[in-house]
Formats: sequence, structure tokens, C-alpha cells
Amino acid sequence: MQNDLDLGINGYAHFELFGKTFWLTNTHISIIIVVAVITALAIWANRIIKKADPAKKPGKALNVIELVVDAIDGITKSNMGEKHFQGFCNYIGALMIFLVFSNTVGIFGLRPPTADYGITFGLAIITFFLIHINGFRYQKMKHLTDLFDPWPLTPINVIGEFATPVSMSLRLFGNILSGTIIMALIYGLLPKALLLFWPGVLHIYFDLFSGAIQAFVFSMLTMVFIAKNFDE
Amino acid sequence: MGEFNKFFVEGLACLGAGIGMIAGMGPGIGQGYAAGQGCAAVGRNPGARGSVMTTMLLGQAVAETTGLYSLVVAIILIFANPYTK
Repeated sequence: MQNDLDLGINGYAHFELFGKTFWLTNTHISIIIVVAVITALAIWANRIIKKADPAKKPGKALNVIELVVDAIDGITKSNMGEKHFQGFCNYIGALMIFLVFSNTVGIFGLRPPTADYGITFGLAIITFFLIHINGFRYQKMKHLTDLFDPWPLTPINVIGEFATPVSMSLRLFGNILSGTIIMALIYGLLPKALLLFWPGVLHIYFDLFSGAIQAFVFSMLTMVFIAKNFDE
Repeated sequence: MGEFNKFFVEGLACLGAGIGMIAGMGPGIGQGYAAGQGCAAVGRNPGARGSVMTTMLLGQAVAETTGLYSLVVAIILIFANPYTK
């Protein structure tokens, strides 16, 4: 079945560690590329900000950087409130930029790193710990006693808490993986002449639109779940 | 018999994946309803377009989860079927 279908899951090198074989796959390579690009952009932005002169008009690049930072601050402020957003906008900004880059990397022919369940589950675990650490910080023991609120529903409440990271990670993973699989099917099954112009439209939808929406949704849900502990 | 069993299980797994994707109908109806309500809300109050859009997209993304579960099950059945190993 998988004969002439390239889903982009190829192992390039492997090594033995503790009696197990570990493979270096497309996901690792594309995540290294994504992180390198983001790091280079961050160093470049840092240089421009350091060189900026407050007395003069800002340049083009500085304007773009300010636009991005302002947008992320605005989204965080509108979801988490004036009082608490300062401590979270850094993490949310990093998460959003990483997800936007890694979801849309498919248009360059790489396999999106978020089409691998390990990556999305790791991000969802970070969210899970953020939710509960902030829950205990702002609600003290009420965060724990809330689980027993209507006491017959205790098991359902506990399962609901653990279902949050699973559903968040599966949502991101399923969306990106379905786009990757559909693109692989299109590239593998259509005649070569049709491939010259037709997949471009699908790339716009599956890589750019869907990837950006899912990056937005993931960081939005992270903010909403954390912010629900601030009330009262 | 062993040979026959493997292909039989593979074929039925593909059939199961196809039937399982009927679950995509539910999120479709739900998302369409949410989008319709969002349109109505924007029509009534065009000033709130931004927040209506954000809330609608968030709700649609959450409603999409059940469809994605069936998608994951279908992908597992086709590409990583535990019964044909």
C-alpha cells in the first residue's frame, strides 16, 4: 500500500542508545531548520531593536517587529486581562511564532514538525502544567476541591482535566497530518502534467490557512484555560 | 489461510476507516451552524466583528475535535494497523 506514496516519514540515520534504536527522521531535520530560522530572526530583531534611536522615526523592519509584538500583546491582554498578561505574553508569543513557522513549513517541501504526535503532545503537556501550576497559585486549595464539587461527578472531573492536553494535542496533530496526507495523495496519484499548477491552491488552504488557524487556536486555548483560574 | 487472513484484515480495516469517517458529518453540521450564527451576529452588530470572529473560530475548532478523533482512528487503521503486524 505504501509503495509509491511518500508521506515524508523517512529515517536518515540511526544510532543505538540503551539497547534501543533511535532514528533521525524528517521531523527532526525540519524542526532543526525551523528553530534555526526562528533563532536567526530573533538575533536579527534584537540587533535592530538595540540600534533603534527613540528620537528618530522607526525604520521598516522595526515597524514590522513592533507590529508583531503589539499584536501578540493585544491578543494576550484581551484574553487574560490587564492584570496578569505581562507574565504570559512571552510564552504565548514564542508558542505562536513557533507554531506558525512549523505549521506552514509544508509550502517549502519540508514535513511540518507538528505532524508528529511527539511534538504536539509535548506542547500540550507544557500547557497542562501551566494550567495547574497557575491554578494552585491563584486559587490555592480551592483548585483541588473544585474537582469534588458535585461529589458524584468526581471521576468525570478528573478525566476532564486529563482529557484537556490529549484533545489539544490531537486537534493540532490531526489537522496538520490530514493536510500532509492529502498533499501526499495529490502528489502521488495525479499525473505529472496536472501537478504543475493544481496543488498550489491546495497548499494555500492546507498549509497557510489551516496552519495559521491551528496555531492561533492552540495558543488561544492555552490562554483561555490558564485564564479561567484567575477569576474570583 | 494465513496469507488470506492478512489481506482480509487489511481490506476490512480500510472499509472500517471509510465508515468511521462518517463522523465527519457531525462537526460539519456544527461548524456550519456556528458560522451561520456568527454571520447573524455580525449582521446585527457589525462593530463586534473582531470578537465574534475570534469566538466563532475558537468554538469551531473545539467542535472539530470529534471529527479529528475519527480521522486519527482512520489513519491508524490504514497506516499503522495493529492487527496486520
